[in-house]
Amino acid sequence: MATVTFDHVTKRYPGNVTAVNDLSLEVADGEFLVLVGPSGCGKTTALRCLAGLEAIDGGRLLIGDRVVNDVAPKDRDIAMVFQSYALYPHMTVYDNLAFGLKLRKMSKADIEARVQVAADTLGLEKLLHRKPKALSGGQRQRVALGRAIVREPKVFLMDEPLSNLDAKLRVQTRAEILRLHRRLKTTIMYVTHDQVEAMTMGDRIAVMRDGLLHQIGTPQELYMRPANLFVAGFIGSPAMNFVTARTSPDGLLFGSTRLALRGAWRDAAASVPDGSEVTLGFRPEHLEVASEVPDAAITIPASVDVVEFLGNEELIHAQAEGQEIIALVSSDRKVQAGDQVDFALAMERLYLFDPTSGLSLVR
Amino acid sequence: MTAPALAPKAPPMAGARPRRRWAGTLVRYAILLAFTAFFLLPVWLMLITGLKRFAEVDLAHMWDLPSGIFLENFSAALAKLGPNLLNSVLLAVPAAGISALLGSMNGYVLSKWKFRGSDFIFTAFLFGMFIPYQSILIPLVQFLSAIHLVGGIPGLILVHVIYGIPITTLIFRNYYATVPNELVEAGRIDGAGFFGIYRHVILPLSVPGFAVVLIWQFTNIWNEFLFAIVLTRPGSWPVTVALNNLAGSQIVEWNVQMAGALLAALPTLLVYIVLGRFFLRGLMAGALKG
Repeated sequence: MATVTFDHVTKRYPGNVTAVNDLSLEVADGEFLVLVGPSGCGKTTALRCLAGLEAIDGGRLLIGDRVVNDVAPKDRDIAMVFQSYALYPHMTVYDNLAFGLKLRKMSKADIEARVQVAADTLGLEKLLHRKPKALSGGQRQRVALGRAIVREPKVFLMDEPLSNLDAKLRVQTRAEILRLHRRLKTTIMYVTHDQVEAMTMGDRIAVMRDGLLHQIGTPQELYMRPANLFVAGFIGSPAMNFVTARTSPDGLLFGSTRLALRGAWRDAAASVPDGSEVTLGFRPEHLEVASEVPDAAITIPASVDVVEFLGNEELIHAQAEGQEIIALVSSDRKVQAGDQVDFALAMERLYLFDPTSGLSLVR
Repeated sequence: MTAPALAPKAPPMAGARPRRRWAGTLVRYAILLAFTAFFLLPVWLMLITGLKRFAEVDLAHMWDLPSGIFLENFSAALAKLGPNLLNSVLLAVPAAGISALLGSMNGYVLSKWKFRGSDFIFTAFLFGMFIPYQSILIPLVQFLSAIHLVGGIPGLILVHVIYGIPITTLIFRNYYATVPNELVEAGRIDGAGFFGIYRHVILPLSVPGFAVVLIWQFTNIWNEFLFAIVLTRPGSWPVTVALNNLAGSQIVEWNVQMAGALLAALPTLLVYIVLGRFFLRGLMAGALKG
């Protein structure tokens, strides 16, 4: 077990494409860190750099206290689960698991013991003598996990290991990986593009875009205090509403609606010149349809376009001051298309962003 | 709306289409059979001539069936060609094997361990395929005699191995392009090096590639004539050269000649039948996602 450190790591591809740009982050010993971001954001490249499959162009990579920039993949004491699984098709499940151990000249008895333990853990006992082509997708996925855990490495690297499973199996395997992590307490670096996967699995989440690290923190931190527009829009489902407003001497002017701000929010709005644009953010699930608006809240009047019934909840698509917003409310409100409603929003659920830099104004 | 309008038309069409398709198939097969017969005529002539008595062989009766089956022609041909058949085996087996192995390693490097300039080197390899044999014959003989390899089978093996590198490299490189890179990367992380991955991962997946390359190389080397006649002494002649010299100076025993030609052609057919079974489909199944 070990920590992982990215110290100003940069990776460029030919044609001057910077896949990973000055990435610095630390993964604690035994931590489950999720790298998340849209496709092409550099998360997989960062993982491959750590694996040693890509050479880095700048910075330092450390596993524990050891700088591994120039260490071969096999000597980094890591194991990787590939998105495509990459099982050796000509080997049985047993040989797939044992291959790495055989290459490390482990004794036959030790290999057998380790493979047995891994097979027990993952429920592969009955499949050990099959070849990958005789396995289902979920079974192959578990073999890929097994190949990683028999090695008992310091760090597990997982590259979208669930993306090829169907929805049900994905939820199941998600829990299985978490159980595995709790039992083995090995440091895991996990790459996904799925923010739900990131939120449910990670001790901490690192959000990347265009090779840059945008924010790193616990799922709660990212959800409650997104550092910028991108993180705010990426984390959470359905995505956060963004509307444009202007600052005015006594708060914010959202179309013709005056929003009175207090505390840190008023200070934040006051920190930019009067009349400048700011982006307001608020999550659909934080809006409430209110007949009476409590003092602690601000009010957003809107006209309802469409109501989508989801069962316990419903999604309201509405127009507020000519801008589209979505609210997620409990379905007993009986709101209908065409209604005029007031949405109430607690002050601490409102986010203010600088529209040019995208940075959060409230801190 | 369109479905009811189309419905009345459907029955006559359903009747006409199979009949037309059946007629088309018949014509197609007739043409193919005609070409096949045309292509097999020389083989047929070789077979019936090889079974005839010497007296039965003449231009006027060349298409007549033999009066009986005279296998003596084959034993006569075998007696004369036996040593040369052996020479051909000693030539074609190692030359095909070595060139296939080299091609496989080249293909592995050029598809899985690309380096700066590797694509240029690959193109340069391919260029070798387009150099006509005749144009390098004289310098080749001079070079081989300089290294004392002219006249025997080893020199001929060397020439065929080198001449085989472009095509075997091309076939293997393209074959390995279908092997997922993740398998190589998984091997690297599991602890295998350059040769370890080749031996444990790539080579076991190469069976279909070797089948193609071995059939191709064996057939070409077995049938090759020009290098053989220029580069070997009579004692080392492969069967192609010996067959050509079976004809006496005064008369040609066409029946023995044809029996010899049949004998010389058999091994390539045998190789094709034996190795053809290894054109396995789906060898890579199970490597990647379901």
